[in-house]
Amino acid sequence: MPVPFSQTKDHYDLIVIGSGLGGLTSANRLAYCGHKVLLLEHHHRLGGLATWFKRNGHIFDISLHGFPYGMVKTCKKYWNREIMGSIVQLKNIVFDNPQFTLKTTFDKNDFTNILNTTFKIPLQTVHDFFTTVAGMNFYDDQSMTTRELFEQFFPGRTDVHRLLMEPITYANGSTLDDPAITYGIVFSNFMNRGVFTFEGGTDKLIQMMSDELEKNGVTICTKSKVDRIVVEKGKVRGVEVNGKVITAKAVVSNSGITNTIHNLTDRNCFSDEFLSRADAIRVNNSSCQVYMGIRDGERIADVGDLLFTSTAPEFDSAELLDIHTRSKTFSVYYPKTRPGHDRYTIVASMNGRYDDWTRLTDEEYQHEKEEMTARAIADLERYIPGVREKIDWLEAATPRTFNRYTLHTHGTSFGTKFEGLDISRTIFKEVPGLFHVGSVGIIMSGWLGAINYGVIVANDVDGYIRSI
Amino acid sequence: MTNDEIKDLILEIIEDIDDEADFDNLNPDEPLRDQLDLDSMDFLDIVMELRKRHQLQIPEEDYPQLATLNSCVNYLEPLLKNA
Repeated sequence: MPVPFSQTKDHYDLIVIGSGLGGLTSANRLAYCGHKVLLLEHHHRLGGLATWFKRNGHIFDISLHGFPYGMVKTCKKYWNREIMGSIVQLKNIVFDNPQFTLKTTFDKNDFTNILNTTFKIPLQTVHDFFTTVAGMNFYDDQSMTTRELFEQFFPGRTDVHRLLMEPITYANGSTLDDPAITYGIVFSNFMNRGVFTFEGGTDKLIQMMSDELEKNGVTICTKSKVDRIVVEKGKVRGVEVNGKVITAKAVVSNSGITNTIHNLTDRNCFSDEFLSRADAIRVNNSSCQVYMGIRDGERIADVGDLLFTSTAPEFDSAELLDIHTRSKTFSVYYPKTRPGHDRYTIVASMNGRYDDWTRLTDEEYQHEKEEMTARAIADLERYIPGVREKIDWLEAATPRTFNRYTLHTHGTSFGTKFEGLDISRTIFKEVPGLFHVGSVGIIMSGWLGAINYGVIVANDVDGYIRSI
Repeated sequence: MTNDEIKDLILEIIEDIDDEADFDNLNPDEPLRDQLDLDSMDFLDIVMELRKRHQLQIPEEDYPQLATLNSCVNYLEPLLKNA
């Protein structure tokens, strides 16, 4: 259980700011390495964007849509076997758009078959494509874009481009114009074995992680917003919360790389060269969601676990970001999601731009939200006829909502573009003792990316603390 | 530590990472990664374990030296001489 902030000590080996999956994992790994860790979270619950909310007997998951199989090994190694044991496959992934309609397990075997038989792509081409993306590393050349990658293997085949790109755009916010490696690494991770989820829901996962942190001796404080990172003589000295300074040998910020540099740390601590690169970091887009709860006792048919739907003629990154986009993903949560909790919920997710929603007046904002909700229900009716009558809770989130709960710059739900990775990896060279963990560079994003990056940063921090 | 002890140490760490790892047909001169299905995260775990157990600081540019079992031994031998 989190302890009240008043019970914190004056000194810890290190402090983690923010409890997204990256922050939680860094805290856990560093406690495992033998350090005294304080974890501070501004919100009343842990998890960052790995979160949920309860309404009218429903539990709505915000970001539990599906992660790659690599999560099994990662949870076993960096959390525990109980967490690993709750990971189950989502077998029915559906695509429906004007170019094609199909159902898949979203793994290499099934995709090879679909590309060959449905899309008539020669097996050798499919094989070469998979070999190319599987061989991509984050330190590789970034000059090729995803668009160029697709054109190289499947020239002019906008239907194939859509099949390959649409899910990844929802998974990490990347576009056809981002470096091909950011696509290839994430796509290959999924193609390994398919799409997986956490049985019991986000609330169960975060509770299990919280228990593990406590077992490992991490002190957790929620409702504790860090006002600033204290730097003295060029080195990290601690953090200030509500006027109280807590000292530490190192601080790991999971508060967003742009927040960390622009809002939490005195700019004078950084070199001009570093700042000019940090100022150029582009944050990724944000999201919109519509949450639909099915009345207790009602049932809906199994129409698939994850439905990538669109009525736009072709895949177009700009169309997916438009405030009136015709493209959305439905995550359908059946009673199997939370065994024992006999409910159905559906979450429609769309990508969105923060600016499109902040420039609206309050009246326009309400209107757009209502329109978006109405479009989501109308689209869902195509797959579950009559669902409108079964819904007893409806709510929508916009980039403004994401900004309010996560404090992320521009409400970003996928961290930063590629350049954020280098800044995140080198910030401790600018200010010794200051580290960053969180979604950066597109690849260190999503549940698996965030957890693995938490481990990578924990290694840096452990090395630093043991060297001073 | 003797060379054999270093070998055992590495294999013990790998076994902690992957309890299904099969060492029977391991070629000490071939990359561990290819033979044992290890990924870059697993190598990071080896680095962290060596730091935890033996206070070894292995810089990132030296990670390639941990590629094979024999290269691990050659690299770690002078560092663990007195361990």
